[in-house]
Amino acid sequence: MKALELKNLYDDFRDGKTIQAYAKRIAADAKKLKRPINIMEVCGGHTHTIMKFGLPQLLPETINFIHGPGCPVCIMPKERIDHAYLLAMQPEVILVTLGDMIKVPGSRGSLQDARAKGADVRFVYSPMECIAIAQAHPDKKIIFFAIGFETTTPMSAVLIDQVIALNIPNILFHINHVTVPEVMVELIDSRDVHVDSYNNQIDAFLGPSHVSVISGSKIYEKFPKAYGRPVVVTGFEPVDAMEGISMIVKQFIEERCELEIQYKRVVSYEGNLKAQALIEKYFEKVSLFRWRGLGNVPDSGLKLREAFDAYNAEVIYRDILPIAQIEDHQLCICGDILRGIAKPPECTIFGTACRPNSPVGSCMVSSEGACSAYYKYGNLL
Amino acid sequence: MTKTVTLAHGNGGEENSELISKIFYKHFANEILQKSEDSAIIEQGRLAMSTDSFTVSPLFFSGGDIGKLAICGTCNDLAMMGAKPKYLTCSVIIEEGFETRELEKIVRSMKKELAINGAIVVSGDTKVVPKGAVDKLFINTTGIGEVAYQGISSHHLQEGMRILVSRDVGSHGATIFSAREGIALESDLQTDCASLYPEVKALIDSGIEIIALRDATRGGVSAVLNEWANASSVCIEIEEERIPVQESVQGICEMLGFEAMDLANEGTFVLAVPKCDEVRALEVLKQTHQSAESIGRVSMVYEGKVVLKSSWGTKRFLDLPTGELLPRIC
Repeated sequence: MKALELKNLYDDFRDGKTIQAYAKRIAADAKKLKRPINIMEVCGGHTHTIMKFGLPQLLPETINFIHGPGCPVCIMPKERIDHAYLLAMQPEVILVTLGDMIKVPGSRGSLQDARAKGADVRFVYSPMECIAIAQAHPDKKIIFFAIGFETTTPMSAVLIDQVIALNIPNILFHINHVTVPEVMVELIDSRDVHVDSYNNQIDAFLGPSHVSVISGSKIYEKFPKAYGRPVVVTGFEPVDAMEGISMIVKQFIEERCELEIQYKRVVSYEGNLKAQALIEKYFEKVSLFRWRGLGNVPDSGLKLREAFDAYNAEVIYRDILPIAQIEDHQLCICGDILRGIAKPPECTIFGTACRPNSPVGSCMVSSEGACSAYYKYGNLL
Repeated sequence: MTKTVTLAHGNGGEENSELISKIFYKHFANEILQKSEDSAIIEQGRLAMSTDSFTVSPLFFSGGDIGKLAICGTCNDLAMMGAKPKYLTCSVIIEEGFETRELEKIVRSMKKELAINGAIVVSGDTKVVPKGAVDKLFINTTGIGEVAYQGISSHHLQEGMRILVSRDVGSHGATIFSAREGIALESDLQTDCASLYPEVKALIDSGIEIIALRDATRGGVSAVLNEWANASSVCIEIEEERIPVQESVQGICEMLGFEAMDLANEGTFVLAVPKCDEVRALEVLKQTHQSAESIGRVSMVYEGKVVLKSSWGTKRFLDLPTGELLPRIC
């Protein structure tokens, strides 16, 4: 049998003619819309796809995107980045994390700055690489600073599973995993108590496919049912995104409100049960996790179960890790952008004081953030 | 400017330019330096001079090593100003404990590359430092070349001119990344590391008018195009689907979230020619690399910007790469 080549996974899904065909279909369908619709792409990966491939340029004005909070690096509050920084500065520590985390500034600087000051900070593509690092440095403590949504949580769970099975004494965890449905609820319900005018503008959600590869599409069941918002679980290539958008538009003109899967080639209703069991074994919900730009979101974060305190860097280094909250710059409007009531160019510091190499707010810190995508790809329309 | 130098300042992109202009240009400023070309043109346009330091991990990689890089890098900078590389210096800083056999292997590879350029090493220096003071071996080479074709400059691009690349892009960056990160993905991935003078000579000999020429090292083709668009105050429009990228390089990019246009090359150059020379220039380039391609044109739509056009009719800016190149999370 011929091996599956990597290009098979993306080539056809970037076909210019197919993209244009979807653009035509959406334009024709959109004429039947009774009012303009706002689609929130929850995930930063989708924001990236939409901007990189210029999809808004192909869509009628009646279809508007709201860029969601699904960028794990962007939503990390400064105090937790300070945790990473302080842990990295401990002489006995090698801090290991995933790529984008390195340049995000906390109140003391970024991990990049810590590294420039002599800290041993490494980024890995797979958390499993921690094992080799731990074995090569038996005299050091390897702290895996875990970030990400449902997509990356199983990798952290597998790592701790292996650390226990292989009895590796020098790997600890700092867990910052967050979950998607809870923050979606928060966005729908959000209302600024001071002005009472922050009603969200979200009409429908484009659900990230990779999250549902793990958690299934079932996690979105309540959005059409209880909140009246259709969800289409959609892949990340431009053809996928266009098909997902087309499916949402169809729901509106046919007056349906359903949970649908565009990314049927991988996503099922139940998801990966093995991964879910592993997550359940090692992690539990934290009652409140603070999201940068959004504030406290109930039940949206994970932590290690108490039984694994011996592996929990937050417990072991409790005495040196600050707990006070650190607020963002006053001019930053990331909270409004994440709620869909403002676009990046409306921010007074966008592209001036706040740029990808000196980010002020959450949406600029990673390539997946809305501001960063706007800055990088420009907006030619 | 940040208080301390970070790795982002060495990326060939925005931070790198800032460091150079705010510290080095500020104090060293003179007319020749400020032209900021690949090599300095001195002695009334007769000679070209350039220097480059080399640090790469790992020292040996698929298709090359630090020695080959050290010769290609400096010779290519000379070739990019239309100069034939002639005399080089070679300084090495060696970490205590480095194996002499490895050192000789590296020097042999330098010798081989010098022969391709028809250049010789005429002066050198060695320093040995205690363990940990450098990462195994750093090499600096400085070169002097004889200008064979005058007037090449990144400041002379005009509307209607054509932009070509000498071969598929991004293979050096992808090779180094996969070697460093231990990504066992494709076995055919090799650096493009090569001496470019023979190709430049072929272009000169064919009588083509060369407007601008630059090897797309750190910062990749993106950086070159942005520098040109800026220096000449023009817009460069690129047809995305015409950019040649090897499948294995594209694969690495897809996995790690990079763009091939941002990845470093060590034997790939970008060329600007008048429209009338486009076909002939492409013919000459294809004699060395079948993958050479004409990828775009100069216009005045967005001055100082590079625009990437997709096959489905959308446009976006191709920006200067910023920060350290880091793999994306998901």
